Amino acid sequence: MVKSQVTFAEISPSEFFYRNRDLAGFSNPSRALYSATRELVENSLDACEIGGVLPDIFVRIIPSEPCRDLADPKTYVLKIQDNGPGINPKFIPQAFGRVFFGSKFKLKQARGMFGMGGTMSILYGQITTHRPVTVVSSTGDGNAYKFEMMLNIRKNEPIIMHKEKLPAEGVTGTSVEISLQGDYFRAAAKIQDYFRQTAVVTPYANIVFVDALGRQFFFERATKSMPTTPRATLPHPHGIDVEALRRLLIDKKENTLMQFMYNNFHRVGENTARKFLEYARMDKNTDTKSLKTKHIVTLVDALHRYDDFLKPDGSCLSPIGKEILEAGIKKELQPEFIATSIRPPSAYSGFPFIVEVSVAYGGKFLSSGLSLFRFANRIPLLYDEGSDISYKIVRHDIDWKYYHIGSDAPIGIITHVCSTKIPYKTVGKEYLSDRPELERELKNAIRDSLRQLKTYLSRKGSIAMVERKMNIYGKYLPLIAQFVTDLSGREKKPNYHLLLNRKASDDGKKEKDMKKMVKMNVDNNLDKNIKEEMSEVERQTAIEDFGR
Amino acid sequence: MKLKGKRLSKTSAGNRKEETLELLRELGLSMYDKMDNGVFPDIVFPSRSVRNLVYDEQLKQYILGANRVTRSSQNIKGIRPFTHIVWLAFFVEKLLSQGKTSTLRDVFYSSQAYNVLFKDQPESDDIIVDLEAVFSKPRESFSIYPEERSAIFGDLTIEYTVPGYEGKKLNLASHPDGYLIGPSLSTAEMVDTSAEMVIAVEKGGIFTRFVEEKVHEKYNAVIVDTAGQPPRSTRFMLKRLNQELNLPVYILTDGDVYGEHIAMVIVSGSANAAHLRELTVPTAKWIGIWGSDIVKYKLPSIPLTDHDYKRISELKRDPRYQKGRWRKQLDFFLKIKRKCELEAFAKYGLTAIVDKYLPEKLENVKSL
Repeated sequence: MVKSQVTFAEISPSEFFYRNRDLAGFSNPSRALYSATRELVENSLDACEIGGVLPDIFVRIIPSEPCRDLADPKTYVLKIQDNGPGINPKFIPQAFGRVFFGSKFKLKQARGMFGMGGTMSILYGQITTHRPVTVVSSTGDGNAYKFEMMLNIRKNEPIIMHKEKLPAEGVTGTSVEISLQGDYFRAAAKIQDYFRQTAVVTPYANIVFVDALGRQFFFERATKSMPTTPRATLPHPHGIDVEALRRLLIDKKENTLMQFMYNNFHRVGENTARKFLEYARMDKNTDTKSLKTKHIVTLVDALHRYDDFLKPDGSCLSPIGKEILEAGIKKELQPEFIATSIRPPSAYSGFPFIVEVSVAYGGKFLSSGLSLFRFANRIPLLYDEGSDISYKIVRHDIDWKYYHIGSDAPIGIITHVCSTKIPYKTVGKEYLSDRPELERELKNAIRDSLRQLKTYLSRKGSIAMVERKMNIYGKYLPLIAQFVTDLSGREKKPNYHLLLNRKASDDGKKEKDMKKMVKMNVDNNLDKNIKEEMSEVERQTAIEDFGR
Repeated sequence: MKLKGKRLSKTSAGNRKEETLELLRELGLSMYDKMDNGVFPDIVFPSRSVRNLVYDEQLKQYILGANRVTRSSQNIKGIRPFTHIVWLAFFVEKLLSQGKTSTLRDVFYSSQAYNVLFKDQPESDDIIVDLEAVFSKPRESFSIYPEERSAIFGDLTIEYTVPGYEGKKLNLASHPDGYLIGPSLSTAEMVDTSAEMVIAVEKGGIFTRFVEEKVHEKYNAVIVDTAGQPPRSTRFMLKRLNQELNLPVYILTDGDVYGEHIAMVIVSGSANAAHLRELTVPTAKWIGIWGSDIVKYKLPSIPLTDHDYKRISELKRDPRYQKGRWRKQLDFFLKIKRKCELEAFAKYGLTAIVDKYLPEKLENVKSL
């Protein structure tokens, strides 16, 4: 009997993603155009925030010259440019030409997880059009460096085709331009949604988007305050796995297990480390290099079981904050009322997270019924809403009747979860899984903000009632006066103002009190609008020029 | 035609009008004074809800019980209907003092000229009934009339009071089609008559036959066509003929439950008008067609329908149908399970109803 031959071959990460591009959101030309745009925009926003710079982002999608008049799908040129700190030219080829190379492979709140998305976009572009990516970056040393590169998929290595040094005085930032197969006709609505929603959570950014039809969308900065920069943090013992621990042990230089414990874990000091090692029945002086795999497995097991580690703290996280979040919502949704609830930090499986929820009501843009806007680490989640934990909560767990909110009320619920690791269900970063800890915090935040809305609505209702009442008396009493004057044959009308004044003083006090309370909640300066026309042409030209 | 005697009416139409105007103005004055003194005016009248309907044995009609409703201008819910009723009082005062008439529909539209909007006609109709209840007067007293459909014929001289016709007289036997019982007739003074009775018939065909066969001369009768269930102005007219001229009223209807009830409403009023007193003729007599007449005269008849059975069982619960001829005839219809129309007498020739049936019935009625 001859066994069938099976060949085993190692594949590079690039090749893995080439073969499984559906997983990363590149399943078809329209989805791919959307994914590539957002991955690169998110990299740019991250870069600006890390550099502490108020982001100016320019995005342009144009059909590639030879396909200008063809039908979709066709080749598009996607260009994204930021005013971030720039990338040292030494790292550019690796950063853009290699999957799994990036500054993000640490425990730190960031939009992308592994620095993979940007390179995936480049990879997808290369697969579909076989054209190089052009990266221009300047760190502010007076020069910009331009690279034209392709990826060696098999070897997971960049191939530099052209390199050039350009003068760039006084500017920093990075510009990336790729060609890719796309379908703007189908992707347009999603991409526009993406920018609109991004503007909601990053009101401190100026974003200019020129689309394939030549339309310009300008999302103007509404505030100059930015959230604090997230800090990198050590892993929490509850969140570590065998492979991660093995790598930590290889990389680190500590000699004893005791030293290793308190140097490499989040919120583990000498005291905790000693107690834990006693619990795990391991000698604190064990040489880390002597640990075999079976010991590592035992150690991880003990790390997960030990209950007395301090909870992960959220100080490394960067929530958007009430002020910035509400500025963004006011700017993009112009609601009549906003309530925000920010939960204290919590943790799941050793990863800290913070939940922020805003409820927006009424105004110009919210349509009748419930709209859900989901965000995770400041990126909008636009697909698979029905599978998301927030959707489940607002559709099934919230008793809307309790809040006196009808099914056609114009309500927007904005949920934001920030964490060192967002519990996505898939690589595509589209919806959050239903971790009980996360579910609890989201529920509490949604309920808290809905309670605020309920109070607002009932006060508004009472004021409207009192006003309606006064209107009614103001309308009917003069009529009655006129009719009885005529009927009784008297000359002049009775002094019905006595009655009006009596009504007014009955209700007036109540009304004044309530008006005061509601006014605190309603900000009427909601006149900033999305401008579909560029209002600052010079700035755009400047950004454009910089890219060349 | 000779006039056999001249009887003057007891309450003239003019007096009645003055009385109503006086009541309206008093209402206006009392409200005016309240408002001027910083008091919210209100208006109280008997509740017209079904629970407040009581049958009065003495009056032999439904009346309203002791429950009262208050429309107040102080109450946010009440101020709108209150304004409506005040406006209506104001409006009908104008109608009466200017000698104008209007209809329910007129009232609905007129309100809009004064910025008093009704949401639909039923709402304005309802306010009119409220005003009737306030003064216990039918809407005809306020110059609001229904669409005319019933007619009157016979030797009765009236004198108009409507503007442009004041003092003008008319004998109601001058036109063979009869005269519409409309606003000008309702408000006219009854000056002179030779008639000795009033015969009210349910339908126009029989009315015409009676005129042709000169029933008004043969029996000295005023003939009234009620055109089905008589409108209030017609009942009001019958009441005046009965009260002011002392004429007995005889009612001739189809031989079915609906006919019987037409007679009942003329005699003792309807539940809808329980707040009114001026619409009944308690001494009026229903002379046929009874259920027993169908058998006695072998009249062509048809079976009762489901509607008939339902109506009979409803009326059997009405206190007015508990005894006497009213009850007996209801039971008789049930027993023979048949009904017939006035025209059924045509079986014996077109004039049989006048030549044979009517004299027998009128003779018979003396014993009632």
